[in-house]
Amino acid sequence: MTHPADITHPAAVTLAAAQHGFLSPTGVEIAFLLVGLATFGAALVTVTTRQLVHAALWLVVALGGLAVEYLLLTAEFIAWVQVLIYVGSVVVLLLFGLMLTRAPIGRSPDADSGNRWAALTVAVAAAAALVWVVVDAFRTTWVDLDGPAAGSTAVTGASLFQNWVLPFEALSVLLLAALVGAIVLSRKAKAESSLPPVNSRAATGGSPSVPDSRNHPIGGTARSHAAKPVAGTHPADQEGAR
Amino acid sequence: MHLAYPAVLAALLFCTGLYGVLARRNAILVLMSVELMLNAVNLNLVAFDVWLSKAARDTLHSGQALTLFTIAIAAAEIGIGLAIVLAVHRNRGTSDIDKLRDTAEGHETVGPDSDALTAGPADGAGKAEATA
Repeated sequence: MTHPADITHPAAVTLAAAQHGFLSPTGVEIAFLLVGLATFGAALVTVTTRQLVHAALWLVVALGGLAVEYLLLTAEFIAWVQVLIYVGSVVVLLLFGLMLTRAPIGRSPDADSGNRWAALTVAVAAAAALVWVVVDAFRTTWVDLDGPAAGSTAVTGASLFQNWVLPFEALSVLLLAALVGAIVLSRKAKAESSLPPVNSRAATGGSPSVPDSRNHPIGGTARSHAAKPVAGTHPADQEGAR
Repeated sequence: MHLAYPAVLAALLFCTGLYGVLARRNAILVLMSVELMLNAVNLNLVAFDVWLSKAARDTLHSGQALTLFTIAIAAAEIGIGLAIVLAVHRNRGTSDIDKLRDTAEGHETVGPDSDALTAGPADGAGKAEATA
């Protein structure tokens, strides 16, 4: 089998293979391996735990471990951006989301859906294929971590503002669009729920705030009896909250 | 450092996130798994950028620039995603993605089966009421 690196630098690869050994890992590799095991374990707990808030807190461990991996790869700016944005804001946003959707504190038995075993099969097959391909392709490739750091703030800033200015500015427009989109999404629901009280007194069955009565036109039935007081109180409840 | 270490870790993290996306039922847990997948891609980008910046004299640092862009896009994605989940929770009272079957094929045949046992003789009156 021919590797892409063999085609480009045959001499460099054999030199690197002569210098490094598979059975004599360096200190950086051992640290990377240990932090990687912790990160992978935290990620596994994140996707398997039945306590929703614990999943968010284990996600903090996984993302923080990834920040340490970036530091070990000498990409320090990315590491601190990871700490600031992921650990600092994304997880807090996720926790806000969990609490605003009234996620149960404690074990919730229906955290996993019924297709768990199919998902496990797909994930294990994908992991086996990806690991096999990656190990086979980069068996003789070493990253040179000596010398000046590849991702210090000076280097990253210089390349970002010399070569990547246009995508950077386009990204700021995208962030603005996302901000406006989030505001529109949360305003539209309020406008919809403030409209129905005018005409939903007569026909509560067709109100959009009735859960499931549209999805199951036949089966919505006995549920619409139970949902009727909810439809009466729901818009008024939201108006009172505002 | 052997390049296989970060590459294998990224592959394993990606497949962990893949399992979470497929197996989780709560929409916010699905968003967490998507974050794991994005972070696996980021680790790959950083590792290959560090490798190429030394091996091939790549002065663009394209991997790290793309990692920063991915992080920013992930932040935007989590904001929009949470806004959508909160809007759905406000309208439907649930963030369970198994129950959001508006666009599923044949949900008319799947849905009433669970209700038919409990609905019983009130079916006709309820149908008239639902269409009114």
